[in-house]
Amino acid sequence: MPDFFRRFVVAPPARAGDAVVFAARAVREAFRPPFELRETARQLYEIGWLSVPLIAAAGFAVGIVLSMHTRASLQRFGAEALIPAALTLALVRETGPLVVGLLVSGRVGAGVGAELGAMKVTEQVDALEASAVDSFKFLVVTRMVACVVAMPILTTVMNFTGIVGGWVAETAISGMGFRTYFEAAFSIVQFTDYLPGTLKTTVFGFIIAITASYLGLRTSHGTQGVGRSATRSVVLASMLMIAANVVLVRLIFFVFPETAE
Amino acid sequence: MSGEVVPIRLERVRKRFGRLKVLDDVSLDMPRGEATVVLGRSGTGKSVMLRHIVGLMAPDSGRVLVLGQDLTRLSPPALAAVRRQVGFLFQNAALFDSLTVGENVAFPLRRHTRLPEPEVRARAQDKLALVGLARDYEKMPAALSGGMRKRAGLARAMALDPAILLVDEPSAGLDPITSEEIDDLLVRVKEELGTTLVVVTHNIPSARRIGDTLVFLYEGRVLERGDAARLERSGHPIVRQFLASEAGG
Ligand SMILES: Nc1ncnc2c1ncn2[C@@H]1O[C@H](COP(=O)(O)OP(=O)(O)OP(=O)(O)O)[C@@H](O)[C@H]1O
Ligand SMILES: [Mg+2]
Repeated sequence: MPDFFRRFVVAPPARAGDAVVFAARAVREAFRPPFELRETARQLYEIGWLSVPLIAAAGFAVGIVLSMHTRASLQRFGAEALIPAALTLALVRETGPLVVGLLVSGRVGAGVGAELGAMKVTEQVDALEASAVDSFKFLVVTRMVACVVAMPILTTVMNFTGIVGGWVAETAISGMGFRTYFEAAFSIVQFTDYLPGTLKTTVFGFIIAITASYLGLRTSHGTQGVGRSATRSVVLASMLMIAANVVLVRLIFFVFPETAE
Repeated sequence: MSGEVVPIRLERVRKRFGRLKVLDDVSLDMPRGEATVVLGRSGTGKSVMLRHIVGLMAPDSGRVLVLGQDLTRLSPPALAAVRRQVGFLFQNAALFDSLTVGENVAFPLRRHTRLPEPEVRARAQDKLALVGLARDYEKMPAALSGGMRKRAGLARAMALDPAILLVDEPSAGLDPITSEEIDDLLVRVKEELGTTLVVVTHNIPSARRIGDTLVFLYEGRVLERGDAARLERSGHPIVRQFLASEAGG
């Protein structure tokens, strides 16, 4: 019974508290020199650049699907002319950011969770410390910064390939030119539609990097623990991200009331 | 004063993991420029002791002084400054597996010196040559044998020519000839650079070759310390048995 009490009543809030302290430390350390620029650049490449093919391909496919749905809906009202704008609006405001968030929590969450987990159990994290390197800065802060910077860029990539995908689906049916499509798309969509949705992905990036780093560095129990950390990182990062999204959407409507109209 | 600071001093160090007492009131001085060999059965806390000396573990009570500084009271930058003067070979080598063998050795040089790139490579190459891995700079750690990984780890630990070199089982996984070569290397490093050495080993012939002082740990305590002759005459049967049983093989 006391064991049950410890595992399910005391431990979870204690761990959550520990994780919050971890996250706060990452933010604080990010602004404190020395900055690990080389390693941050390497992580930007790993996390950002290497995600581009996945994001671009997914964006294209999402664009096609969205186009088919918007067409089906808008045809009923005889409003086919609005298809490009409706698609772009749905994409840049919510679909793009959310899909990028989920894809990155899969790819990067698992990658970082497993990599740091393996480094932890093979004592490479200790080896960093013993070499007089601040392992937290070197491993966690660099990944966090890379993720936060990469997310809005990846979202922009997805938005763009999504619009291209939408146009491909459209032109297959109506033969519309890309320019016409693009202009129709941005006749209604404003910068205030694009900006908040894209910026909120920095928060997603923060959540993903911190969750995966935290679980990775707390890995124990050898190889099995590494696998578990990777899985948990993906699950927890996506859940936290989706939950945070609810709050963020609310917040955006509050800060940019015009987007709620 | 600073000339007389003992490089490594453990004062009444205690450490436990849950109910397991690993270090139980250990006090030790390791003199400058000497090699201290730590002996003891598997699981007696030899690696735990080394981890205390680089501050990877903190004692539950007692003090660990390295180069005159109490590690438990140092700020992170001050601790890092001490660690730059300490080389550490982990029992499992702990090479960074995303870097090549040569880049592992170059890592401390890149971090802590302003040497130009060719010089960094040349030094890393030199250290690799010392441990017999001159031709393995570009290999990945996963492509090395256990003994090679150990030697690469030793090259990395020596990269900055540290004042203190901590070595956890250098000869594990090595054939007798290579093992002897590594022993000679350690003795040479000590004599030429005045490095203070702490070597954990199960290899008794090697302990005799390297050690100025042998320390025998048993159940968390220092059971005996002194030169090899002194340990052979020890009043503790366990110590004598340990020396006798592993001396032949
Ligand atoms: N991080 C840790 N958490 C819990 N127990 C630990 C930890 N590190 C070491 N121990 C325990 O401390 C004891 C001493 O471990 P240590 O690794 O120092 O042994 P050792 O003397 O180096 O043995 P070997 O010769 O096999 O390497 C062991 O019983 C081990 O289980
Ligand atoms: Mg050990």
